[in-house]
Amino acid sequence: MSLSGAWYLGLAAVVFSIGTLGLLVRRNVLVMFMCVELMLNAVNLTFVTFSRMLDDIGGQALVFFTLVVAAAEVVVGLGIVVAIFRRRRSATADDFHIMRG
Amino acid sequence: MMVTPLFAATTVDALTFAVAAAIVLAGAIGVVVARNPVHAALMLVMTLFGVAVLFVEQQANFLAAVQVIVYAGAIVVLFLFVIMFLGVDREENVAEEPLRGQRPLAVVLVVLGLAGLLLMGFGAHWSVGARSVAGASRNASGGDVAALGRSVFTTYLFAFEVTSALLVIAVVGAVVLARRPGAVRPGPDPDTDADAMPAPITGSDTTGAQEEEPPADADAGGDADGGAVARSGAEPHSEEVSP
Repeated sequence: MSLSGAWYLGLAAVVFSIGTLGLLVRRNVLVMFMCVELMLNAVNLTFVTFSRMLDDIGGQALVFFTLVVAAAEVVVGLGIVVAIFRRRRSATADDFHIMRG
Repeated sequence: MMVTPLFAATTVDALTFAVAAAIVLAGAIGVVVARNPVHAALMLVMTLFGVAVLFVEQQANFLAAVQVIVYAGAIVVLFLFVIMFLGVDREENVAEEPLRGQRPLAVVLVVLGLAGLLLMGFGAHWSVGARSVAGASRNASGGDVAALGRSVFTTYLFAFEVTSALLVIAVVGAVVLARRPGAVRPGPDPDTDADAMPAPITGSDTTGAQEEEPPADADAGGDADGGAVARSGAEPHSEEVSP
């Protein structure tokens, strides 16, 4: 008998909160992206935990799609970072105001 | 929901969870507090491995393998590549606070949110419903890989196809975003592009391709073709082409 799912859910909530904190506090855009990855991983952990608790494979399928979306998000986000870095020579969030229309 | 004590499970499971949870938390905190982005990326790898261990612990073996391959093998490598490509791996001045009072406010908000989440999850029976009666079982024959494959290609087939479209769009978007502005339009001379930039930089120090353009407009007709050909190759070698 493996561990109760509540432990996993609690851990995932804490990791999600740490990711949120990093997203709010840090100014380097790359580190902010990493914090988004932290939040996505916490949600993945809850999906897998619910998949085990409810004996439903749908949670794991959802994690599968989350991985794909995360990969696409990182690719496009880093492309934007590179494009802005070419203009501004820095990659803090304050430089992104040049994206306004 | 009842929180059973850790030692109610078998010792190996409890120990594995404790070690993996410690790794995950240490990595997550490290991502937030690391000054150097490279250190943050390596801390992120640590967290991802810990999450993969927790996946294995819950019999999600395929997802654990994919987690290591895709996240640690592709996404973090992409992060590190961009960090080193841009040269932003110098230390950030964390003590500098551009918005007054932002950090205490963020901490208060996050702690409140976490408290609410835990209260709703563990106090109010909010986060768990009845057991599934519609979805495919996780313990079908063939293990989690067969069950996941069957589910993805039957129940979630449309989402799977949409995902492929999303990946194609992401690839096209990355290529469009990452190529140099001079390579898109070979027609006009790059000086007007440099003037259109909001950054206060002149043509001499923006990109290497513009350094070697002749400054005179008199021979723009003759040289624009050569420059256009060199730039439309869209290769990094075009910087070294001297007119």
